Amino acid sequence: MAEFEPKIIAFMCNWCSYAGGDLAGTSRLQYPPNARIIRLMCTARLDPAYVLKAFAEGADGVLVAGCHIGDCHYVSGNLKAEKRVEMLKKLLPELGIEPERLMLRWISAAEGERFANTMKEFIARIKKLGPSPLSAGV
Amino acid sequence: MAEDKEKGEKGTKNEEKEEPRIGVYVCHCGINIAGVVDCKDVAEYASKLKNVVVARDYKYMCSDPGQQLIKDDIKEHKLNRIVVAACSPRMHEPTFRRALEEAGLNPFLFEQANIREHDSWVHMKQPKEATEKAKDLTRMAVARARHLEPQQKPKVKVEKAALVIGGGVAGIQSALDLADMGFKVYLVEKTPSLGGKMAQLDKTFPTMDCSACILTPKMVDAARHENIEIITYAEVEEVDGYIGNFKVKIRKRARQVLEDKCTGCGLCAEACPVEVPNEFDQGLGVRKAIYVPFPQAVPLVYTIDDEACLGCGMCEAVCGPEAIDYDQKDEILELEVGTIIVATGFDQFDATRKPEYGYGRYENVITGLEFERLVNASGPTGGKLLRPSDGKEPHRIGFILCVGSRDAKVGNPYCSRVCCMYSIKNARLYKEKHPEAEVYIFYMDIRAYGKGYEEFYRQAQEEYGIKFIRGRPGEIVEDPKTKNLLVRVEDTLLGLPLEVELDLVVLAAGMEPARDSDKIQRLLRLSRSADGFFSEAHPKLRPVDTLTDGIYLAGTCQGPKDIPDTVAQASAAAARAAIPMAKGEVETEPIVAFVRKELCIGCRICERTCDFGVITMVDRKAHVNEAICKGCGACAAACPTGAMQVRHFTDEQIYAMIEAALRGDVEEGGKEEVKAEA
Repeated sequence: MAEFEPKIIAFMCNWCSYAGGDLAGTSRLQYPPNARIIRLMCTARLDPAYVLKAFAEGADGVLVAGCHIGDCHYVSGNLKAEKRVEMLKKLLPELGIEPERLMLRWISAAEGERFANTMKEFIARIKKLGPSPLSAGV
Repeated sequence: MAEDKEKGEKGTKNEEKEEPRIGVYVCHCGINIAGVVDCKDVAEYASKLKNVVVARDYKYMCSDPGQQLIKDDIKEHKLNRIVVAACSPRMHEPTFRRALEEAGLNPFLFEQANIREHDSWVHMKQPKEATEKAKDLTRMAVARARHLEPQQKPKVKVEKAALVIGGGVAGIQSALDLADMGFKVYLVEKTPSLGGKMAQLDKTFPTMDCSACILTPKMVDAARHENIEIITYAEVEEVDGYIGNFKVKIRKRARQVLEDKCTGCGLCAEACPVEVPNEFDQGLGVRKAIYVPFPQAVPLVYTIDDEACLGCGMCEAVCGPEAIDYDQKDEILELEVGTIIVATGFDQFDATRKPEYGYGRYENVITGLEFERLVNASGPTGGKLLRPSDGKEPHRIGFILCVGSRDAKVGNPYCSRVCCMYSIKNARLYKEKHPEAEVYIFYMDIRAYGKGYEEFYRQAQEEYGIKFIRGRPGEIVEDPKTKNLLVRVEDTLLGLPLEVELDLVVLAAGMEPARDSDKIQRLLRLSRSADGFFSEAHPKLRPVDTLTDGIYLAGTCQGPKDIPDTVAQASAAAARAAIPMAKGEVETEPIVAFVRKELCIGCRICERTCDFGVITMVDRKAHVNEAICKGCGACAAACPTGAMQVRHFTDEQIYAMIEAALRGDVEEGGKEEVKAEA
């Protein structure tokens, strides 16, 4: 039997987390290949509907990553993302989705290692949770 | 300033209606990608995707022939969208956008899939999975490309003036270069004088030039230059705007001495009855409450230290030109500049954070910067190195390297790059005057990488008889009677523990980011690397740019470096800053919010969400001032109807990527040909 390989969508800001992912690459830090990254200029652009759409399309987990608080290229975009993710975490159980399937992480452009570790940690977490209750029905 | 314009929805519709004809190019990047990902397979897969007309793989897409492939295909196959699966778009998106432009296609009809940094380099042992991921990422890019729209880059005029923050040698050099090119420069310095840390140094390695002798003429040049306005005792308080049009507020603190009247004669300081430790001498000497930090200060204007001043009026009484003004208030200056150079320097590591060395507890343990002041002819001891405990000349001196550098325990894993050399320099200086003295250097490795540095180090060993002991001392113990110091160290070359008794220990305290880096970072929206210094846009290809257009880095604010590197980088930053100013205009990002008026219900949620006051209501519909919109997209994410969008990051584009990522199916469609070239 093949092991369950979760499908993960990651929304990342251009300035910090996406660049942190690039640094993980240039540093050749290895992590599992489950995530598909969608670049946004800022996590403030993350319409909560994007997260719901990802789950509706069968994602087993959604990762949102932006600049550390205080480092946002647009001053406070990440604070807005934080509020929206909190809101989503309350909403997801109503849809039958465990809130643990959504994770928010601050990763700076200098934190390649944190990027790789976040990927490892999140993918392991979703593997443990198993397939999303919605993914089977798509 | 770019005028507020209503473009986008109009003027792009024609091309929007066109059926997408997409070309996909999968880059091998030598073996960087192809060594893991089966590029041919990815290209073949891509060729079957809907709307894909051509799909190819090629060894180096960023090379001239690689770009030519794209340009030729655009013409031959009438392509109107291009997808390149290669490195990070942060690396080569500008390159490929240019190629599109050269082929007559709008550069925003381009999408890059990151199959190197986010794929082949991080899944090196999983070629099968990495190839699948590359296909997914390419499919996502193609899906987004179908929805891309052409964008026009707004052009903005560039103010031909620059702000240089920090008046050390880096800031001075940048200011002089820009001023010589004919640009107006505002050189802002926090302390009362230009000079920075270099002004505090005695001699400089490896040439043994006296620091003041090479620095002070530059300070004077800056002061005399008709294009430079020096603003000292001042700090940047607010920075607004963007490249070409920064609006800057500077708080010029009240020195309580009128700059245009003070002649720098110093009678006031002679009369002043208050003595406080002089920061310029690292607190080892004293200054008065009315002072210049050092005799060659520029501008040579006295400053009253508000905290120390008793208000006795003695200075006012003796001042001939009536320059004293106790009622002077801080002044806020408003400047408009096109570019900004950050040259805010470093601070010395606080050696009390290494308690095992007893700095702050043992009188005869001093730092490198203190040593510089003690051997300097204009320093507190007139250039005679005396032990702080008894005022005697030390016979046995030890220099300990890597104090606060290469030390994960204090959070500084990096090398400060100057400590080996400045300690060897100081050791030699002392040996020159006192050949009979015993001088030790305790080191981990000697890093003598610069021009003439290794030779300088060899001489110290062979000709000066300085003893180099390889080992990081574990602790220093003070003899309470003699105040002598016992250094305990393992000589790692001999594998023997040693105890060395010394009269004086000099700690080579390393460089740390300047203490006010947080403030500067917030003001200018800079990013910082793991060591806390400001990050450059690219470590190799854009070493003095920042990720914020129009802002550049010079000197040690970017990372530890010595004087030659600092000056070279300062000139580089000036040259980079001159480019937009010489051109007179720059193109800015068109990634800003826009409104689909037919969907807007006038709820004003976007208006409240925006932190920059970009959105107003016009005829009960949201209206975006594109000239000041930063493009973060907070408004678009908050909009309940989808009326608010961000150019190049529309809902359709992002939904298309989500769907493409999760629906594995291939939509048949394109396929006129598939060629694979290696």
